[in-house]
Formats: sequence, structure tokens, C-alpha cells
Amino acid sequence: MLPIALLGALLGLDVVTFPQAMISRPIVAATVGGAFIGNPLAGLTIGATLELLALGMLPFGASKYPEWGSASVVGGVLYASQTTDSGGALPAALLAALLTAIVSGWSMIRLRRLNAARASRERAALDAGSADAIVGLQLFGLTADFVRGGAVTLVAMLIFRPLVPAVVNNWHSNPVYSNAIVVTIATAVAAESIWKLFHVVPRARLLFLAGLVGGITLIVTG
Amino acid sequence: MTTPAGERRIPTGTWLRMYLRLFAIQGSWNYETLIGNGIAFAMEPALRLLPGGRGGKAYTEALARHARYFNAHPYFAGVAVGALARAELDGVPPAMIDRFRTALGGPLGSVGDRLVWASWLPLCSLVALGAFGLDARPLAVVAIFLVLYNLGHFSLRVWGLRVGLEKGLRVSDSLGHPLLRQGPQYVGAVAALLAGLSLPLTAKRVVADGRALTAAVTVVAIVGGILLARFGDRAEGWRLALAILALFVVYSVIR
Repeated sequence: MLPIALLGALLGLDVVTFPQAMISRPIVAATVGGAFIGNPLAGLTIGATLELLALGMLPFGASKYPEWGSASVVGGVLYASQTTDSGGALPAALLAALLTAIVSGWSMIRLRRLNAARASRERAALDAGSADAIVGLQLFGLTADFVRGGAVTLVAMLIFRPLVPAVVNNWHSNPVYSNAIVVTIATAVAAESIWKLFHVVPRARLLFLAGLVGGITLIVTG
Repeated sequence: MTTPAGERRIPTGTWLRMYLRLFAIQGSWNYETLIGNGIAFAMEPALRLLPGGRGGKAYTEALARHARYFNAHPYFAGVAVGALARAELDGVPPAMIDRFRTALGGPLGSVGDRLVWASWLPLCSLVALGAFGLDARPLAVVAIFLVLYNLGHFSLRVWGLRVGLEKGLRVSDSLGHPLLRQGPQYVGAVAALLAGLSLPLTAKRVVADGRALTAAVTVVAIVGGILLARFGDRAEGWRLALAILALFVVYSVIR
């Protein structure tokens, strides 16, 4: 459990504080989470589904958004530890990851307030141009964010590790249709995000339709 | 802006320290000073070159000036760090630096948000989803995403610091670069095309069943997406998705 928490801490850190190389994006973080317990393909599958949901939720400055890094590790590990062809594995792991992402996003807001309180306390030293105060504030923020991501991952795993198998064992819906329903929901959210992001681009609708025809052709002929 | 820029060369070691610190520029992000402390943190190696060196009067006064409120896109903050460091090293009067600092934040935020968060990142995600949909292996999908995304990311940070240090107070000219102005439109066009291609392919691989089911998923999802976009002001799509998913899980367990 501790190595998974450390992984969640590391990937949670990437979301805002360091280095923002997007190793925290679901398609990466969930795959790494899955690989961590020996099933990268399952991690990638839930990671791609989470990526569809996350497509329009971008880390704009002070806005509030779910924290995907730690949450995707949780989702990747939970899904990869189930028999992935069982009906409830994807919906249950995805729900766990989404709930973790919300709580983790909330914890980032608390951290920002904590950083502000610390900056206020250090104001006199900062106004005097103390390099120690400036570096200290950065290190405090980085360390606190690392601890935050790790704590969120640990708590999420403690809650969902027994809960997800319990859901999977009591799942009564058809496995194929269960996954179809999940991916339909995620793709609809992705389509909405694409519209919101790119509808002002000239000929965006035409380009989207051309791509759609290409994608469907690949499926039909593939 | 009469101060000539580029009078003092920055040693390579100092440049590298500044560049590496840029990756942690949001380390103490908070609602009072936003990335202000990070700006001072990233500039600090250059300020050691001021008369009096580390701990000197010019050094501490400059650090105090830059640890205050500042906002910019994190990848474009290097432009500010470079330009402000150049201004300090060139001995620009503090009042002029303060005015320049205030004027710089807004453009660096909006250009970065449009180019990186709203264009480049979604495009790279769609490329990765397309690779996933075309049955690429996990390592390949992750590598494609990270290499492509970070080519843009790392280059942008290098460009920002370089151009800032080169141009100093004249750096705003560089923000009118055609790539920064027109880039989001071109990236958006490619992303729209890729979205159409990648969404059904991704659905197919997750469903892992016949073409008919994939077609049904695609059609329902696109219609759902259109409805969410039309009525999106009333409910955020992903929150609605979370509610439906939770209901589906509860239904599938208790029925």
C-alpha cells in the first residue's frame, strides 16, 4: 500500500507544483498504476476512459478542478487488480477514481490556503528580500503537496480496495453492456469538451465529421 | 524603454539553475500571491550577479520586489523571469520594473491558457487516445503522449527564458509571434479532426465487442455530447456523468 501511496504522491505533485510534465494525466498515471501491479493494459484501458472524462477539465490558474494524478493511480491499481472481463470492474474502479479526483481537488484548495497562511506569516521576511524565506516557502509547498497526494491515495485505497471487489462480486448487469454504458458516458463528456474547446475554430464541425467518418471507416474495415 | 537590453551575459550555470527552477515555479501557489514567490525563486540565481552579490542591498531589494503577487501561465512564466532578471541586471529603475511587472502578467496568462491548456494539451490527449484506439501497446501510448506533449512544454520554457533574458523590457514584442497568435487556431483544427477519429476508436477498444455495439456507443455518445454542449450551462457534463455512473453502479448491485 505504501509504494502505491508514494506513486500517488509523485503523480499528484505533477498536477500543479512540479514539474507539470503531465505524467499526472489519466492516460499516463492510470497506466503506470496498472503497471505497478503487473497489468499495464488494464491501467491503460481505465486511463483512456478517464482521459475522455478529463479532456475538458484543464488546470486553468485559480479555477477548481478534479486532481487526476493521484486519482488515476487509484483507478489504475483498482481496475488492474480485478478480473477485467468481470462486469462491474470498470464502472466500480472508474467511480472510485472519480470520487478520489473530487476529494483530491478539494484537498488542493486546502493546500493553497495553507500556502497563503504560511506566506502571510513570512510576509516580513519576504518583504525584506530573504532568500531563505522564499526558498523555504517553495519547499514547504512542494513537500505539503507531496504529502497531500500520498495521503489522498492512501485513504482512497483503504476505502476502495475492499469496496470495489465487493461491488464486482455482486454485479448483476451484463459485462459487455456495462463497459459500453461507461464508455458511452465518457465519450459523451469528451464530445462536449471538444465542442467547448474548439467550436470557435473555423470549420471545426466539418473537420470533426471528417474525422468521425475516418474513425468509423477504420472500425468497419479493421 | 530606453534601457538597452542584453548588456550582461548570463553564465550558463545561472541560466540552467533558473531553467530548472521554472519547473517548480508553482511550488507555493496560493490565493494571495499566486506564483509571485515562484517568480522570485526562479530569478534568484540571476540576482546573485547584481552589485554586492548574494545578500547585498540590490539583491535583497530585488527579491523583495519579485516575491509579491504575480500571475502568469506557468510555462510562460519564464518570459517574465527572464525579462525581469534582465531589467534588474541592467539597472532599470524599480518603479519602471514594477509597472512592467504589473503589465506583463495578464498577457502571459491568456496566451498560455489558449495555446497550452486549451489547445496543445487536448491535442496530445487525442493523439494518445487515437493510438490507444489503434491497439497500440501501453508503453507506446504513454511514450507518444509524453514525448509529444513535452517537446512543446520543454521548448516553450526554453524559449520563454531565452527571449525574456534577451529582450528585457521589450519582451512584449515577442508575444505577438505568429505561432502564439495563430497557433491555437491551427492546433484546434487538427484537434477537431483527431477528435472525430479518436473517439469511436477509443470506444471500440474499451467495449472490446462487435462493430454494431461500437457504432451504437458512438452515435449515442455524440448525441449525448451535443445535448451536453447545448444545455451545458445548467449542469457540467462530468458531474452529470458521475451521477449517472453512480446510479448505474447502485442499480447493477441491488437489482
